[in-house]
Amino acid sequence: MLQIEGLTMRYPTGDTALTDVDLTVEQGQVIALIGPSGAGKSTLIRCVNRLVEPSAGTIRLGGESVTALGAGALRLMRRRMGMIFQEYALVERLSVMENVLSGRLGYVGFWRSYLRRYPQEDVDEAFRLLERVGLDHMVDKRADALSGGQRQRVGIARALIQNPDILLVDEPTASLDPKTSRQIMRLILELCRERGLAAIINIHDVPLAMQFVPRIVGLRAGEVVYDGPPAALDAARLTDIYGEEDWSGTTRDDDPAEARDAAHKVAASVDAPEIQRAAGS
Amino acid sequence: MPVLEQNDRRIWKRRDRATQMRIWLTWLVGVSILMLCWEYISRQTMWIFVLDAPQQAFDMAARMSNPRWEYTEVILVPMWDTINIATLGTLLAIGVAVPMAFLAAHNTTPSRALIRPLALGVIVTSRSINALIWALLLVLIFGPGLLAGVIAIALRSIGFIGKLLYEAIEEIDPRQVEAVRATGAKPAQVLAYGVVPQIMPAFAGISVYRWDTNIREATIIGLVGAGGIGIQLQSSVNSLAWNQVSIIFMAILLTVLVSEWVSARVRHAII
Repeated sequence: MLQIEGLTMRYPTGDTALTDVDLTVEQGQVIALIGPSGAGKSTLIRCVNRLVEPSAGTIRLGGESVTALGAGALRLMRRRMGMIFQEYALVERLSVMENVLSGRLGYVGFWRSYLRRYPQEDVDEAFRLLERVGLDHMVDKRADALSGGQRQRVGIARALIQNPDILLVDEPTASLDPKTSRQIMRLILELCRERGLAAIINIHDVPLAMQFVPRIVGLRAGEVVYDGPPAALDAARLTDIYGEEDWSGTTRDDDPAEARDAAHKVAASVDAPEIQRAAGS
Repeated sequence: MPVLEQNDRRIWKRRDRATQMRIWLTWLVGVSILMLCWEYISRQTMWIFVLDAPQQAFDMAARMSNPRWEYTEVILVPMWDTINIATLGTLLAIGVAVPMAFLAAHNTTPSRALIRPLALGVIVTSRSINALIWALLLVLIFGPGLLAGVIAIALRSIGFIGKLLYEAIEEIDPRQVEAVRATGAKPAQVLAYGVVPQIMPAFAGISVYRWDTNIREATIIGLVGAGGIGIQLQSSVNSLAWNQVSIIFMAILLTVLVSEWVSARVRHAII
């Protein structure tokens, strides 16, 4: 359903983020995109809805070319792609309801949205979705009054009310604690199954990806170096993606409980370069 | 190079010798200029006048100390005019400054090469000329009266509000804007949902603060004939009616206190 061919992205600074990426996502298929920081995961999903303009290559959604669209047609195309963000990216000073309804902006005219006079069906759907993600008691709270997990649930409801064909999910759990991370991943996967939605999920947490997502794509320095089921993701493959490291405990054949602890340690060490870079800048 | 090698130990200093020297020299030059200016001013001053300054001040205070209370009636209307000049001037300025700010902020401007410099030009021009000078010019153009005052206040405030607001727009969180854009929202909707909620507290604070300042500015532009309490102030000073001047001072003080209270309340309510 989503076909990416020869996608290349070069930033004006000369840095190449993506080199000749081919990727096909079928209807209702969920894939996890893993890879070290700076591998181009965020750039890849931002190219799909053209928040970032790709330098070369074609992207098609349901047979229709995304890359060839003009500004107006691109907005109509973006309605079919729901996006979920790492730091939730809710409009902090608006209420939960306003944030969810903002997912309908592509369908509603300026004045209706400005005066908050959304069609009643949209409001009904917003209530349904808030109930589905477990936030129906929070409708009137301001977004900045919510906890991380609650905010991400609002973010999910905002993406779903667009009635999209595909979800683009950028590090949904990176700012959440382990328990909330699992709840959010489970919720996203359940919702995709219920609605037959395809999804691309960028994720740092390799064990979490392997546990929940049936297809893993590994990205390294802007190139796809792995594409397959989590079961085949062994130490050698992880070395391909992330580089040399002691991967024991990450793969499935070890004792599950022990493996999980070790795996989280590994995930933490994978995070380390990013932390160091953040501290250095 | 702040780290020095000395007997195999690395010594860290905040600055190296050359930088330290440059800073010291800058201070030397600065202080010398200050002292030269001081010397010049003191040569220009007629110390005979300064010496009896306390006496003059006491004299003036004595003449002000029995305010002519019945004069209050005369200044009620000009005082009300002053408040109106400030309020209308601020509203007019907001009307022009808000679009200017969106045109000038580099993340919302339609064209960085063409429109942004124009909008910045308007803001800088407005800011660089004091309200009193605007009033001086406008009294010649529109004739003396309230209209000249309102426009003078507005022209000065456009730059102030425009500058602070465009800085607020440039400091917003871009991720919230990106998220609204990703829903397929039109550019106007991206502004209304992604940008406007983020700058609302800044906008409220800036506007109310400017209104508060404008009440004070509106009291002086009357000195050049642009309406308000300044006209009464000038004629009272010219006719040496110090007991009226003290009434005007009290009225101004009271108004500024009230405006201070109102602006605090408004800011609190919006944030």
